[in-house]
Amino acid sequence: MKVLVAVKRVIDANVKVRVKADGTGVETTNVKMSMNPFDEIGIEEAIRLKEAGKATEVIALSAGVQQCQETLRTALAMGADRGILIQTDAELQPLAVAKLFKAVVEKEQPQLVILGKQAIDDDCNQTGQMLSTLLGWAQGTFASKLEPNGDSLTVTREVDGGLETVALKMPAVITTDLRLNEPRYASLPNIMKAKKKPIETLTPDELGVDVSPRLKTLKVVEPPPRKSGVRVSSVAELVDKLRNEAKVI
Amino acid sequence: MSVLVVAEHDNTNLKPATLNAVTAAAKLGDVAVLVAGSNCHGVAEAAAKIGGVAKVLLADDPAYEHRLAENLAALVAKLAPGFTHVLATATSAGKNVMPRVAALLDVAQISDISAVEGADTFVRPIYAGNALATVQSSDPIKVITVRATGFDPAPAEGGSAAIETVDPAGDSGLSQFVGQALSKSERPELTSARVIISGGRGMQSGENFHLLEKVADKLGAAVGASRAAVDAGFVPNDYQVGQTGKIVAPELYIAVGISGAIQHLAGMKDSKVIVAINKDEDAPILQVADYSLVADLFQAVPELAAELEK
Ligand SMILES: Cc1cc2nc3c(=O)[nH]c(=O)nc-3n(C[C@H](O)[C@H](O)[C@H](O)COP(=O)(O)OP(=O)(O)OC[C@H]3O[C@@H](n4cnc5c(N)ncnc54)[C@H](O)[C@@H]3O)c2cc1C
Ligand SMILES: Nc1ncnc2c1ncn2[C@@H]1O[C@H](COP(=O)(O)O)[C@@H](O)[C@H]1O
Repeated sequence: MKVLVAVKRVIDANVKVRVKADGTGVETTNVKMSMNPFDEIGIEEAIRLKEAGKATEVIALSAGVQQCQETLRTALAMGADRGILIQTDAELQPLAVAKLFKAVVEKEQPQLVILGKQAIDDDCNQTGQMLSTLLGWAQGTFASKLEPNGDSLTVTREVDGGLETVALKMPAVITTDLRLNEPRYASLPNIMKAKKKPIETLTPDELGVDVSPRLKTLKVVEPPPRKSGVRVSSVAELVDKLRNEAKVI
Repeated sequence: MSVLVVAEHDNTNLKPATLNAVTAAAKLGDVAVLVAGSNCHGVAEAAAKIGGVAKVLLADDPAYEHRLAENLAALVAKLAPGFTHVLATATSAGKNVMPRVAALLDVAQISDISAVEGADTFVRPIYAGNALATVQSSDPIKVITVRATGFDPAPAEGGSAAIETVDPAGDSGLSQFVGQALSKSERPELTSARVIISGGRGMQSGENFHLLEKVADKLGAAVGASRAAVDAGFVPNDYQVGQTGKIVAPELYIAVGISGAIQHLAGMKDSKVIVAINKDEDAPILQVADYSLVADLFQAVPELAAELEK
Protein backbone atom coordinates (compact mmCIF):
# COMPACT_ATOMS: atom_id res chain seq x y z
CA MET A 1 0.00 0.00 0.00
CA LYS A 2 1.26 3.42 -1.03
CA VAL A 3 0.68 6.18 1.54
CA LEU A 4 0.61 9.89 0.72
CA VAL A 5 1.07 12.31 3.62
CA ALA A 6 0.42 16.07 3.47
CA VAL A 7 2.93 18.29 5.25
CA LYS A 8 2.29 22.00 5.62
CA ARG A 9 4.91 24.60 6.42
CA VAL A 10 3.58 26.81 9.22
CA ILE A 11 4.86 29.24 11.84
CA ASP A 12 6.35 27.12 14.63
CA ALA A 13 3.92 26.32 17.44
CA ASN A 14 6.22 27.95 20.03
CA VAL A 15 6.43 31.32 18.29
CA LYS A 16 4.41 34.19 19.75
CA VAL A 17 2.56 35.32 16.65
CA ARG A 18 2.37 39.08 16.06
CA VAL A 19 -0.22 40.89 14.00
CA LYS A 20 1.25 43.30 11.42
CA ALA A 21 0.68 46.94 12.21
CA ASP A 22 -1.08 47.53 8.86
CA GLY A 23 -3.68 44.85 9.64
CA THR A 24 -2.96 42.74 6.55
CA GLY A 25 -1.84 39.60 8.33
CA VAL A 26 0.71 38.32 10.80
CA GLU A 27 4.46 38.89 10.85
CA THR A 28 6.29 36.08 9.04
CA THR A 29 9.72 37.59 8.32
CA ASN A 30 12.49 36.14 10.49
CA VAL A 31 10.00 33.86 12.16
CA LYS A 32 10.78 30.20 12.76
CA MET A 33 8.83 27.90 10.45
CA SER A 34 8.17 24.20 11.08
CA MET A 35 6.10 21.29 9.88
CA ASN A 36 2.51 21.54 11.11
CA PRO A 37 2.49 19.35 14.27
CA PHE A 38 -0.47 17.27 13.09
CA ASP A 39 1.46 16.49 9.91
CA GLU A 40 4.45 15.20 11.91
CA ILE A 41 1.95 12.80 13.46
CA GLY A 42 0.82 11.88 9.92
CA ILE A 43 4.37 11.14 8.75
CA GLU A 44 5.05 9.12 11.90
CA GLU A 45 1.94 7.01 11.35
CA ALA A 46 2.84 6.32 7.72
CA ILE A 47 6.38 5.30 8.67
CA ARG A 48 5.02 2.98 11.35
CA LEU A 49 2.72 1.38 8.77
CA LYS A 50 5.77 0.84 6.58
CA GLU A 51 7.82 -0.57 9.46
CA ALA A 52 4.94 -2.94 10.21
CA GLY A 53 5.04 -4.17 6.62
CA LYS A 54 1.64 -2.66 5.83
CA ALA A 55 2.83 0.23 3.65
CA THR A 56 5.25 -0.06 0.77
CA GLU A 57 6.06 3.57 0.11
CA VAL A 58 5.58 6.84 1.99
CA ILE A 59 5.34 10.01 -0.10
CA ALA A 60 5.35 13.45 1.56
CA LEU A 61 3.39 16.17 -0.21
CA SER A 62 3.43 19.92 0.33
CA ALA A 63 1.97 22.93 -1.45
CA GLY A 64 3.31 26.45 -1.24
CA VAL A 65 6.45 28.48 -1.59
CA GLN A 66 9.85 27.08 -2.53
CA GLN A 67 10.88 26.88 1.17
CA CYS A 68 8.35 24.06 1.66
CA GLN A 69 11.29 21.96 0.40
CA GLU A 70 12.66 22.23 3.96
CA THR A 71 9.44 20.82 5.39
CA LEU A 72 9.62 17.96 2.90
CA ARG A 73 13.27 17.33 3.87
CA THR A 74 12.16 17.00 7.49
CA ALA A 75 9.59 14.42 6.42
CA LEU A 76 12.26 12.57 4.43
CA ALA A 77 14.62 12.67 7.41
CA MET A 78 11.89 11.14 9.59
CA GLY A 79 11.64 8.30 7.08
CA ALA A 80 9.43 9.22 4.11
CA ASP A 81 10.75 7.81 0.82
CA ARG A 82 10.26 10.78 -1.49
CA GLY A 83 8.67 14.18 -1.66
CA ILE A 84 6.40 16.16 -3.96
CA LEU A 85 6.22 19.95 -3.85
CA ILE A 86 3.46 21.82 -5.61
CA GLN A 87 5.25 25.11 -5.83
CA THR A 88 3.45 28.43 -5.95
CA ASP A 89 3.67 31.87 -4.37
CA ALA A 90 -0.10 32.23 -4.55
CA GLU A 91 -2.20 32.28 -1.36
CA LEU A 92 -3.63 28.80 -0.98
CA GLN A 93 -6.95 28.14 0.72
CA PRO A 94 -8.15 24.65 1.76
CA LEU A 95 -10.44 24.06 -1.25
CA ALA A 96 -7.58 24.89 -3.64
CA VAL A 97 -5.16 22.66 -1.71
CA ALA A 98 -7.70 19.83 -1.83
CA LYS A 99 -7.99 20.23 -5.62
CA LEU A 100 -4.20 20.21 -6.03
CA PHE A 101 -3.90 17.11 -3.85
CA LYS A 102 -6.66 15.37 -5.79
CA ALA A 103 -4.64 15.83 -8.98
CA VAL A 104 -1.58 14.30 -7.28
CA VAL A 105 -3.65 11.40 -5.92
CA GLU A 106 -4.87 10.67 -9.44
CA LYS A 107 -1.25 10.47 -10.64
CA GLU A 108 0.16 8.52 -7.71
CA GLN A 109 -2.83 6.26 -6.88
CA PRO A 110 -2.13 5.86 -3.13
CA GLN A 111 -4.49 3.67 -1.09
CA LEU A 112 -4.26 5.92 1.92
CA VAL A 113 -3.86 9.68 2.23
CA ILE A 114 -3.06 11.18 5.64
CA LEU A 115 -3.48 14.86 6.50
CA GLY A 116 -3.45 16.75 9.77
CA LYS A 117 -6.79 17.54 11.35
CA GLN A 118 -5.92 21.21 11.45
CA ALA A 119 -3.19 23.56 10.29
CA ILE A 120 -2.17 25.62 13.31
CA ASP A 121 -1.92 28.81 11.24
CA ASP A 122 -5.34 29.12 9.57
CA ASP A 123 -7.03 26.74 12.08
CA CYS A 124 -9.37 25.73 9.24
CA ASN A 125 -9.80 21.98 9.80
CA GLN A 126 -11.11 21.43 6.25
CA THR A 127 -8.57 20.17 3.75
CA GLY A 128 -8.73 16.43 4.49
CA GLN A 129 -12.52 16.33 4.44
CA MET A 130 -12.58 18.30 1.17
CA LEU A 131 -10.00 16.06 -0.48
CA SER A 132 -11.91 12.95 0.56
CA THR A 133 -15.09 14.41 -0.93
CA LEU A 134 -13.48 15.42 -4.23
CA LEU A 135 -12.10 11.89 -4.56
CA GLY A 136 -15.45 10.32 -3.62
CA TRP A 137 -13.66 8.44 -0.82
CA ALA A 138 -14.43 7.68 2.81
CA GLN A 139 -12.92 9.83 5.56
CA GLY A 140 -11.67 9.11 9.05
CA THR A 141 -11.14 12.46 10.74
CA PHE A 142 -9.47 13.19 14.11
CA ALA A 143 -7.94 9.73 14.18
CA SER A 144 -6.36 8.39 17.36
CA LYS A 145 -5.92 4.81 16.08
CA LEU A 146 -5.70 3.16 12.64
CA GLU A 147 -6.04 -0.52 11.87
CA PRO A 148 -5.81 -1.47 8.20
CA ASN A 149 -7.28 -4.87 7.41
CA GLY A 150 -7.32 -5.72 3.73
CA ASP A 151 -9.54 -3.35 1.82
CA SER A 152 -11.03 -1.88 4.96
CA LEU A 153 -9.62 0.49 7.55
CA THR A 154 -10.82 0.72 11.14
CA VAL A 155 -10.38 4.19 12.60
CA THR A 156 -10.88 5.35 16.17
CA ARG A 157 -11.83 9.03 16.19
CA GLU A 158 -11.59 11.66 18.93
CA VAL A 159 -15.06 13.22 19.14
CA ASP A 160 -16.58 15.72 21.58
CA GLY A 161 -18.19 13.02 23.71
CA GLY A 162 -15.24 10.60 23.76
CA LEU A 163 -14.22 8.10 21.09
CA GLU A 164 -15.99 6.73 18.03
CA THR A 165 -14.94 3.86 15.79
CA VAL A 166 -15.76 3.64 12.09
CA ALA A 167 -14.84 1.18 9.34
CA LEU A 168 -13.87 2.78 6.05
CA LYS A 169 -13.74 1.38 2.58
CA MET A 170 -10.25 1.80 1.11
CA PRO A 171 -8.84 3.91 -0.43
CA ALA A 172 -9.52 6.50 2.24
CA VAL A 173 -8.45 9.85 3.67
CA ILE A 174 -7.41 10.13 7.31
CA THR A 175 -6.83 13.24 9.40
CA THR A 176 -4.66 12.89 12.49
CA ASP A 177 -5.41 13.88 16.06
CA LEU A 178 -2.91 14.40 18.87
CA ARG A 179 -3.14 10.95 20.43
CA LEU A 180 -2.47 8.93 17.25
CA ASN A 181 1.24 8.62 18.06
CA GLU A 182 4.27 10.51 19.30
CA PRO A 183 6.40 11.56 16.31
CA ARG A 184 10.09 10.62 16.35
CA TYR A 185 12.96 13.01 15.96
CA ALA A 186 15.07 12.56 12.85
CA SER A 187 18.50 11.13 13.65
CA LEU A 188 21.59 12.80 12.23
CA PRO A 189 22.40 9.93 9.83
CA ASN A 190 18.82 10.04 8.59
CA ILE A 191 19.03 13.79 8.08
CA MET A 192 22.12 13.19 5.92
CA LYS A 193 20.41 10.39 4.00
CA ALA A 194 17.36 12.57 3.40
CA LYS A 195 19.45 15.00 1.37
CA LYS A 196 19.74 12.37 -1.36
CA LYS A 197 16.06 11.42 -1.45
CA PRO A 198 14.16 12.80 -4.46
CA ILE A 199 11.75 15.73 -4.35
CA GLU A 200 9.64 16.28 -7.46
CA THR A 201 8.36 19.78 -8.16
CA LEU A 202 5.01 20.45 -9.84
CA THR A 203 2.96 23.60 -10.35
CA PRO A 204 -0.78 24.29 -10.09
CA ASP A 205 -0.77 24.98 -13.87
CA GLU A 206 0.76 21.60 -14.63
CA LEU A 207 -1.94 20.01 -12.48
CA GLY A 208 -4.62 22.09 -14.22
CA VAL A 209 -5.97 23.56 -10.98
CA ASP A 210 -7.32 27.08 -10.51
CA VAL A 211 -6.19 28.11 -7.02
CA SER A 212 -7.89 31.52 -6.87
CA PRO A 213 -8.92 32.28 -3.28
CA ARG A 214 -12.66 32.33 -2.53
CA LEU A 215 -12.25 34.25 0.70
CA LYS A 216 -10.76 37.71 0.84
CA THR A 217 -9.14 38.77 4.09
CA LEU A 218 -10.29 42.32 4.76
CA LYS A 219 -8.29 42.79 7.94
CA VAL A 220 -6.42 41.01 10.69
CA VAL A 221 -6.38 42.47 14.20
CA GLU A 222 -5.20 41.49 17.63
CA PRO A 223 -7.88 40.24 19.98
CA PRO A 224 -8.82 42.70 22.73
CA PRO A 225 -6.48 42.24 25.74
CA ARG A 226 -7.85 41.06 29.06
CA LYS A 227 -7.66 43.60 31.83
CA SER A 228 -5.00 42.71 34.33
CA GLY A 229 -6.02 40.74 37.36
CA VAL A 230 -5.04 40.58 41.01
CA ARG A 231 -3.02 38.23 43.20
CA VAL A 232 -4.84 36.80 46.16
CA SER A 233 -2.91 35.61 49.17
CA SER A 234 -5.18 32.88 50.44
CA VAL A 235 -7.98 30.54 49.46
CA ALA A 236 -10.31 32.42 51.81
CA GLU A 237 -9.59 35.68 50.01
CA LEU A 238 -10.13 33.98 46.65
CA VAL A 239 -13.55 32.66 47.67
CA ASP A 240 -14.50 36.03 49.11
CA LYS A 241 -13.59 37.80 45.84
CA LEU A 242 -15.49 35.27 43.76
CA ARG A 243 -18.55 35.63 45.97
CA ASN A 244 -18.60 39.34 46.64
CA GLU A 245 -16.60 41.06 43.92
CA ALA A 246 -16.98 38.93 40.77
CA LYS A 247 -20.27 37.44 42.03
CA VAL A 248 -19.78 34.27 40.00
CA ILE A 249 -20.35 31.76 42.79
CA MET B 1 -32.33 35.34 2.43
CA SER B 2 -32.83 32.01 4.04
CA VAL B 3 -30.41 30.10 6.12
CA LEU B 4 -30.12 26.40 6.86
CA VAL B 5 -28.77 25.28 10.25
CA VAL B 6 -27.70 21.66 10.52
CA ALA B 7 -28.80 20.56 13.99
CA GLU B 8 -26.44 18.59 16.17
CA HIS B 9 -28.09 15.82 18.16
CA ASP B 10 -27.87 12.17 19.15
CA ASN B 11 -31.35 11.15 17.88
CA THR B 12 -32.77 11.89 21.35
CA ASN B 13 -31.47 15.27 22.46
CA LEU B 14 -30.65 18.43 20.59
CA LYS B 15 -27.09 19.55 21.48
CA PRO B 16 -27.11 23.00 23.09
CA ALA B 17 -24.50 24.43 20.65
CA THR B 18 -27.21 24.28 17.98
CA LEU B 19 -28.93 27.16 19.80
CA ASN B 20 -25.85 29.36 19.38
CA ALA B 21 -25.70 28.50 15.68
CA VAL B 22 -29.36 29.54 15.35
CA THR B 23 -28.49 32.95 16.82
CA ALA B 24 -25.71 33.39 14.23
CA ALA B 25 -28.10 32.26 11.48
CA ALA B 26 -30.84 34.67 12.57
CA LYS B 27 -28.45 37.57 11.83
CA LEU B 28 -28.40 36.41 8.20
CA GLY B 29 -32.02 35.61 7.34
CA ASP B 30 -34.96 33.28 7.95
CA VAL B 31 -33.82 30.19 9.77
CA ALA B 32 -34.63 26.61 8.80
CA VAL B 33 -33.19 23.78 10.89
CA LEU B 34 -32.31 20.40 9.40
CA VAL B 35 -32.70 17.43 11.73
CA ALA B 36 -31.16 14.40 10.04
CA GLY B 37 -31.08 11.23 12.05
CA SER B 38 -32.87 7.99 12.75
CA ASN B 39 -35.99 7.85 14.89
CA CYS B 40 -35.34 11.46 15.73
CA HIS B 41 -38.82 12.97 15.59
CA GLY B 42 -38.45 14.20 19.17
CA VAL B 43 -35.40 16.20 18.16
CA ALA B 44 -37.35 17.80 15.31
CA GLU B 45 -40.06 18.77 17.81
CA ALA B 46 -37.43 20.34 20.07
CA ALA B 47 -35.96 22.22 17.10
CA ALA B 48 -39.41 23.51 16.15
CA LYS B 49 -39.70 25.15 19.59
CA ILE B 50 -36.48 27.16 19.28
CA GLY B 51 -37.27 30.87 19.23
CA GLY B 52 -36.63 32.37 15.77
CA VAL B 53 -36.81 29.13 13.80
CA ALA B 54 -39.21 29.39 10.84
CA LYS B 55 -39.12 25.81 9.60
CA VAL B 56 -37.76 22.39 10.50
CA LEU B 57 -36.69 19.89 7.86
CA LEU B 58 -36.72 16.31 9.06
CA ALA B 59 -34.77 13.55 7.32
CA ASP B 60 -35.44 10.39 9.28
CA ASP B 61 -33.49 7.48 7.82
CA PRO B 62 -31.10 4.78 9.08
CA ALA B 63 -28.37 6.31 6.87
CA TYR B 64 -28.23 9.24 9.32
CA GLU B 65 -28.34 7.27 12.56
CA HIS B 66 -24.70 8.03 13.39
CA ARG B 67 -24.41 11.11 11.18
CA LEU B 68 -21.62 9.65 9.09
CA ALA B 69 -20.10 12.57 7.19
CA GLU B 70 -20.29 10.91 3.77
CA ASN B 71 -24.06 10.38 4.04
CA LEU B 72 -25.00 13.56 5.85
CA ALA B 73 -22.96 15.85 3.56
CA ALA B 74 -24.73 14.46 0.50
CA LEU B 75 -28.11 15.35 2.03
CA VAL B 76 -27.07 18.83 3.13
CA ALA B 77 -25.52 19.60 -0.26
CA LYS B 78 -28.71 18.47 -1.97
CA LEU B 79 -30.80 20.86 0.16
CA ALA B 80 -28.28 23.74 0.09
CA PRO B 81 -29.28 25.35 -3.23
CA GLY B 82 -32.50 26.56 -1.57
CA PHE B 83 -30.45 28.66 0.88
CA THR B 84 -27.94 31.50 0.89
CA HIS B 85 -26.06 30.15 3.92
CA VAL B 86 -25.59 26.74 5.52
CA LEU B 87 -24.42 26.74 9.13
CA ALA B 88 -23.42 24.13 11.66
CA THR B 89 -21.74 24.16 15.02
CA ALA B 90 -17.91 24.18 15.11
CA THR B 91 -17.95 20.96 17.14
CA SER B 92 -16.33 17.69 16.18
CA ALA B 93 -19.55 16.74 14.38
CA GLY B 94 -19.83 20.00 12.44
CA LYS B 95 -16.14 20.04 11.55
CA ASN B 96 -16.43 16.50 10.25
CA VAL B 97 -19.29 17.11 7.85
CA MET B 98 -19.32 20.74 6.70
CA PRO B 99 -16.10 20.77 4.64
CA ARG B 100 -17.61 17.88 2.67
CA VAL B 101 -20.71 19.99 2.02
CA ALA B 102 -18.50 22.88 0.87
CA ALA B 103 -16.49 20.63 -1.44
CA LEU B 104 -19.67 19.17 -2.99
CA LEU B 105 -20.90 22.71 -3.66
CA ASP B 106 -17.45 23.88 -4.84
CA VAL B 107 -17.40 26.71 -2.29
CA ALA B 108 -15.03 27.68 0.52
CA GLN B 109 -15.92 26.90 4.10
CA ILE B 110 -15.67 29.70 6.62
CA SER B 111 -14.57 27.89 9.77
CA ASP B 112 -15.32 28.76 13.35
CA ILE B 113 -16.85 32.23 12.96
CA SER B 114 -17.07 34.31 16.12
CA ALA B 115 -19.03 37.24 14.64
CA VAL B 116 -21.26 38.10 11.67
CA GLU B 117 -20.37 41.44 10.07
CA GLY B 118 -22.68 41.19 7.06
CA ALA B 119 -24.22 38.67 4.68
CA ASP B 120 -20.81 37.79 3.22
CA THR B 121 -18.41 39.03 5.91
CA PHE B 122 -17.41 37.18 9.07
CA VAL B 123 -14.83 37.30 11.84
CA ARG B 124 -12.83 34.21 12.69
CA PRO B 125 -9.91 33.59 15.04
CA ILE B 126 -6.66 32.30 13.48
CA TYR B 127 -3.26 31.33 14.94
CA ALA B 128 -4.77 29.92 18.12
CA GLY B 129 -6.77 33.08 18.67
CA ASN B 130 -3.67 35.30 18.51
CA ALA B 131 -5.33 37.14 15.65
CA LEU B 132 -8.86 37.83 14.46
CA ALA B 133 -9.40 37.82 10.70
CA THR B 134 -12.33 39.50 8.97
CA VAL B 135 -13.04 37.56 5.79
CA GLN B 136 -15.38 38.14 2.88
CA SER B 137 -16.76 35.32 0.80
CA SER B 138 -17.41 35.56 -2.94
CA ASP B 139 -19.23 32.22 -3.12
CA PRO B 140 -22.95 31.97 -3.96
CA ILE B 141 -23.64 29.76 -0.92
CA LYS B 142 -21.76 30.37 2.31
CA VAL B 143 -20.87 27.23 4.22
CA ILE B 144 -20.02 28.14 7.81
CA THR B 145 -19.20 26.57 11.14
CA VAL B 146 -20.08 28.61 14.22
CA ARG B 147 -17.99 29.02 17.35
CA ALA B 148 -20.61 28.73 20.08
CA THR B 149 -18.84 31.11 22.47
CA GLY B 150 -19.27 33.96 19.96
CA PHE B 151 -23.07 33.89 20.09
CA ASP B 152 -25.67 33.70 22.85
CA PRO B 153 -27.94 30.69 22.67
CA ALA B 154 -31.34 31.23 21.03
CA PRO B 155 -34.25 30.56 23.41
CA ALA B 156 -34.98 26.82 23.49
CA GLU B 157 -38.70 27.52 23.92
CA GLY B 158 -41.13 29.92 22.33
CA GLY B 159 -41.10 28.94 18.67
CA SER B 160 -43.68 26.86 16.84
CA ALA B 161 -42.15 26.06 13.47
CA ALA B 162 -43.75 23.62 11.06
CA ILE B 163 -41.97 20.30 10.58
CA GLU B 164 -41.54 19.28 6.95
CA THR B 165 -40.26 15.86 5.94
CA VAL B 166 -37.49 15.73 3.33
CA ASP B 167 -36.34 12.75 1.29
CA PRO B 168 -33.11 11.11 2.38
CA ALA B 169 -30.18 11.16 -0.05
CA GLY B 170 -29.14 7.52 0.31
CA ASP B 171 -26.28 5.62 1.89
CA SER B 172 -22.86 6.13 0.31
CA GLY B 173 -21.65 2.73 1.48
CA LEU B 174 -18.22 4.30 2.06
CA SER B 175 -18.11 4.12 5.84
CA GLN B 176 -19.78 2.26 8.64
CA PHE B 177 -20.28 3.04 12.30
CA VAL B 178 -18.64 0.36 14.46
CA GLY B 179 -19.01 1.64 18.00
CA GLN B 180 -18.41 4.40 20.48
CA ALA B 181 -16.96 4.86 23.94
CA LEU B 182 -18.53 8.01 25.29
CA SER B 183 -17.39 9.48 28.60
CA LYS B 184 -20.20 9.18 31.11
CA SER B 185 -20.59 12.01 33.53
CA GLU B 186 -23.23 13.43 35.80
CA ARG B 187 -21.66 16.83 35.37
CA PRO B 188 -22.65 19.51 32.86
CA GLU B 189 -21.04 19.37 29.40
CA LEU B 190 -17.83 21.36 29.13
CA THR B 191 -19.05 23.56 26.30
CA SER B 192 -22.25 24.62 28.05
CA ALA B 193 -21.15 24.63 31.71
CA ARG B 194 -21.44 27.85 33.73
CA VAL B 195 -18.36 26.95 35.75
CA ILE B 196 -15.34 24.85 34.70
CA ILE B 197 -12.41 23.63 36.75
CA SER B 198 -9.52 22.27 34.67
CA GLY B 199 -6.38 20.43 35.66
CA GLY B 200 -3.01 20.22 33.96
CA ARG B 201 0.22 18.31 34.20
CA GLY B 202 0.59 19.69 37.73
CA MET B 203 -2.17 17.29 38.84
CA GLN B 204 0.38 14.46 38.52
CA SER B 205 -2.18 11.64 38.10
CA GLY B 206 -5.71 10.79 37.12
CA GLU B 207 -6.62 9.97 40.73
CA ASN B 208 -5.72 13.46 41.80
CA PHE B 209 -8.49 14.79 39.55
CA HIS B 210 -10.80 13.75 42.42
CA LEU B 211 -9.55 16.86 44.18
CA LEU B 212 -11.00 18.94 41.34
CA GLU B 213 -14.21 16.91 41.34
CA LYS B 214 -14.82 17.82 44.98
CA VAL B 215 -14.71 21.48 44.04
CA ALA B 216 -16.78 20.81 40.91
CA ASP B 217 -19.47 19.16 43.08
CA LYS B 218 -19.77 22.30 45.18
CA LEU B 219 -19.99 24.61 42.17
CA GLY B 220 -21.97 22.45 39.74
CA ALA B 221 -18.95 22.71 37.49
CA ALA B 222 -17.67 20.69 34.55
CA VAL B 223 -14.14 19.29 34.71
CA GLY B 224 -11.66 20.01 31.91
CA ALA B 225 -7.96 19.54 31.27
CA SER B 226 -4.92 20.68 29.35
CA ARG B 227 -3.45 18.66 26.53
CA ALA B 228 -0.58 17.57 28.76
CA ALA B 229 -3.05 16.02 31.24
CA VAL B 230 -4.84 14.18 28.42
CA ASP B 231 -1.62 13.01 26.75
CA ALA B 232 -0.42 11.68 30.11
CA GLY B 233 -3.61 9.63 30.35
CA PHE B 234 -4.96 11.38 33.47
CA VAL B 235 -8.32 12.02 31.79
CA PRO B 236 -10.02 11.16 28.46
CA ASN B 237 -9.48 13.16 25.25
CA ASP B 238 -12.84 14.89 25.45
CA TYR B 239 -11.68 16.84 28.52
CA GLN B 240 -9.15 18.83 26.46
CA VAL B 241 -9.69 22.57 26.34
CA GLY B 242 -7.74 24.57 23.77
CA GLN B 243 -6.89 25.43 20.20
CA THR B 244 -7.25 21.83 19.12
CA GLY B 245 -9.70 20.75 21.81
CA LYS B 246 -12.85 22.42 23.07
CA ILE B 247 -13.45 26.15 23.05
CA VAL B 248 -15.19 27.27 26.22
CA ALA B 249 -16.27 30.59 27.72
CA PRO B 250 -17.93 29.92 31.08
CA GLU B 251 -18.75 32.51 33.73
CA LEU B 252 -15.92 31.09 35.81
CA TYR B 253 -12.88 29.08 34.66
CA ILE B 254 -10.49 27.73 37.28
CA ALA B 255 -7.12 26.54 35.90
CA VAL B 256 -5.22 24.32 38.29
CA GLY B 257 -1.63 23.24 37.62
CA ILE B 258 -1.83 24.55 34.06
CA SER B 259 1.00 26.75 32.76
CA GLY B 260 -1.11 28.65 30.23
CA ALA B 261 0.47 27.77 26.87
CA ILE B 262 -1.01 29.75 24.01
CA GLN B 263 -2.78 26.62 22.75
CA HIS B 264 -4.57 26.26 26.08
CA LEU B 265 -5.41 29.96 26.35
CA ALA B 266 -6.95 29.74 22.87
CA GLY B 267 -9.69 27.56 24.33
CA MET B 268 -10.60 29.53 27.45
CA LYS B 269 -9.45 33.12 27.39
CA ASP B 270 -12.92 34.43 26.59
CA SER B 271 -14.20 33.13 29.93
CA LYS B 272 -15.83 35.87 31.99
CA VAL B 273 -13.74 35.31 35.13
CA ILE B 274 -10.49 33.31 35.15
CA VAL B 275 -8.87 31.93 38.29
CA ALA B 276 -5.40 30.36 38.21
CA ILE B 277 -3.87 28.22 40.91
CA ASN B 278 -0.20 27.60 40.19
CA LYS B 279 2.93 27.27 42.28
CA ASP B 280 5.05 29.12 39.71
CA GLU B 281 4.59 32.87 39.94
CA ASP B 282 5.92 33.28 36.40
CA ALA B 283 3.42 30.91 34.80
CA PRO B 284 1.83 32.66 31.80
CA ILE B 285 -1.66 31.66 32.95
CA LEU B 286 -1.34 34.27 35.72
CA GLN B 287 -1.24 37.01 33.08
CA VAL B 288 -4.73 36.24 31.85
CA ALA B 289 -6.20 35.38 35.25
CA ASP B 290 -8.51 37.81 37.04
CA TYR B 291 -7.59 36.16 40.33
CA SER B 292 -4.39 34.23 40.77
CA LEU B 293 -3.25 32.24 43.72
CA VAL B 294 0.41 31.24 43.82
CA ALA B 295 0.29 28.08 45.89
CA ASP B 296 0.74 24.34 45.88
CA LEU B 297 -2.42 22.91 44.42
CA PHE B 298 -2.35 19.88 46.72
CA GLN B 299 -2.86 22.27 49.59
CA ALA B 300 -4.97 24.93 47.91
CA VAL B 301 -7.55 22.74 46.17
CA PRO B 302 -8.69 20.77 49.25
CA GLU B 303 -8.80 24.08 51.11
CA LEU B 304 -10.96 25.53 48.34
CA ALA B 305 -13.39 22.62 48.62
CA ALA B 306 -13.57 23.16 52.40
CA GLU B 307 -14.01 26.93 52.08
CA LEU B 308 -16.91 26.46 49.64
CA GLU B 309 -18.67 24.36 52.31
CA LYS B 310 -18.89 27.40 54.51
C1 LIG C 1 -0.40 21.36 17.72
C2 LIG C 1 -0.57 21.59 19.19
C3 LIG C 1 -1.85 21.66 19.68
C4 LIG C 1 -2.06 21.83 21.05
N1 LIG C 1 -3.34 21.92 21.50
C5 LIG C 1 -3.54 22.12 22.82
C6 LIG C 1 -4.87 22.26 23.36
O1 LIG C 1 -5.88 22.22 22.62
N2 LIG C 1 -5.01 22.43 24.68
C7 LIG C 1 -3.94 22.49 25.55
O2 LIG C 1 -4.14 22.64 26.76
N3 LIG C 1 -2.69 22.38 25.07
C8 LIG C 1 -2.47 22.19 23.74
N4 LIG C 1 -1.19 22.06 23.29
C9 LIG C 1 -0.09 21.88 24.27
C10 LIG C 1 0.44 23.16 24.87
O3 LIG C 1 1.42 23.71 24.02
C11 LIG C 1 1.08 22.85 26.24
O4 LIG C 1 2.10 21.88 26.07
C12 LIG C 1 0.09 22.32 27.27
O5 LIG C 1 -1.05 23.15 27.32
C13 LIG C 1 0.76 22.25 28.63
O6 LIG C 1 -0.10 21.68 29.57
P1 LIG C 1 0.04 22.03 31.13
O7 LIG C 1 -0.11 23.49 31.31
O8 LIG C 1 -0.87 21.13 31.85
O9 LIG C 1 1.52 21.51 31.44
P2 LIG C 1 2.83 22.32 31.80
O10 LIG C 1 3.13 23.35 30.79
O11 LIG C 1 3.86 21.32 32.12
O12 LIG C 1 2.45 23.11 33.12
C14 LIG C 1 2.22 22.53 34.36
C15 LIG C 1 1.98 23.65 35.34
O13 LIG C 1 1.63 23.10 36.59
C16 LIG C 1 2.25 23.84 37.62
N5 LIG C 1 2.37 22.97 38.78
C17 LIG C 1 3.06 21.82 38.87
N6 LIG C 1 2.93 21.28 40.10
C18 LIG C 1 2.12 22.10 40.81
C19 LIG C 1 1.60 22.09 42.12
N7 LIG C 1 1.89 21.09 42.98
N8 LIG C 1 0.83 23.10 42.51
C20 LIG C 1 0.53 24.12 41.67
N9 LIG C 1 0.98 24.18 40.41
C21 LIG C 1 1.76 23.19 39.97
C22 LIG C 1 3.58 24.26 37.04
O14 LIG C 1 4.07 25.41 37.69
C23 LIG C 1 3.21 24.53 35.59
O15 LIG C 1 2.85 25.88 35.38
C24 LIG C 1 -0.96 21.92 21.92
C25 LIG C 1 0.33 21.88 21.41
C26 LIG C 1 0.53 21.73 20.05
C27 LIG C 1 1.93 21.71 19.53
N1 LIG D 1 -0.38 24.05 1.67
C1 LIG D 1 -0.44 22.83 2.23
N2 LIG D 1 0.59 21.95 2.03
C2 LIG D 1 0.54 20.72 2.60
N3 LIG D 1 -0.47 20.27 3.34
C3 LIG D 1 -1.50 21.10 3.56
C4 LIG D 1 -1.54 22.42 3.03
N4 LIG D 1 -2.68 23.00 3.44
C5 LIG D 1 -3.33 22.09 4.20
N5 LIG D 1 -2.63 20.94 4.27
C6 LIG D 1 -3.00 19.70 4.99
O1 LIG D 1 -4.31 19.81 5.48
C7 LIG D 1 -4.33 19.74 6.91
C8 LIG D 1 -5.44 20.59 7.45
O2 LIG D 1 -5.27 21.94 7.09
P1 LIG D 1 -6.43 23.03 7.25
O3 LIG D 1 -7.63 22.48 6.58
O4 LIG D 1 -5.88 24.25 6.58
O5 LIG D 1 -6.61 23.22 8.73
C9 LIG D 1 -2.92 20.10 7.33
O6 LIG D 1 -2.60 19.53 8.58
C10 LIG D 1 -2.10 19.48 6.20
O7 LIG D 1 -1.97 18.09 6.39
